[in-house]
Amino acid sequence: MAVRVQSEPFDAAAEARALTAGRADVGAVVTFVGLCRDEGGTLAALELEHYPGMAEEEISRVVAEAQARWPLMGATAIHRYGKIAPGEDIVLVVTASAHRVAAFAAAEFLMDYLKTRAPFWKKEHRKDGTSGDWVAAKDADDAAADRWKA
Amino acid sequence: MKCVYFAWVRERVGATDEEIAPPAEVRTVGDLIGWLVSRGENYAYAFENARAIRAAIDRKHVKHDALIAGAKEIAFFPPMTGG
Repeated sequence: MAVRVQSEPFDAAAEARALTAGRADVGAVVTFVGLCRDEGGTLAALELEHYPGMAEEEISRVVAEAQARWPLMGATAIHRYGKIAPGEDIVLVVTASAHRVAAFAAAEFLMDYLKTRAPFWKKEHRKDGTSGDWVAAKDADDAAADRWKA
Repeated sequence: MKCVYFAWVRERVGATDEEIAPPAEVRTVGDLIGWLVSRGENYAYAFENARAIRAAIDRKHVKHDALIAGAKEIAFFPPMTGG
């Protein structure tokens, strides 16, 4: 399992290839990339603040939980911080398994849990020059994470 | 112990981190919030909706009833919006 918290961009295709390199038992790889939207053309950038140390540790705990729940052959999670422009990548989750069901489910679980447990906060910078608001947490994200608790 | 603040909690408190020495009767995270609020308007503003504030002790999420004895670093922050 690989977990990274970084300001630099990542290469999603290279990360996915790395999970299958040198092995022939993987039957499914799911790659999810979360991007910065422009919010109807009003957003200049998102500023992502994080809790250094805890961010890596918490994502690692979430990945370990995914590995305990599904038969994964590999998992990678990368989360960026700092100023990110619309169209740029923010977060990457890659899961590898023998079959697609586990890979899809684990990727969705990882994203649902990253959104509600990983210590990152987004602040909006508006195109009109104003420093916008902190993005508010959504009840829908909590509900999405809660459905895995059953 | 060290207190660290993130996002709008950090902005409202006006500090990224600080060393604190709460009295012995401050036993839980919730007690600590109450003690911080008594220290000034900036804390009262940051914690005005205390139930919404998340906390971590030594980089692990905790609830407000968690005991703070032995903690090296206590963090306060809004609900997370990563991903």
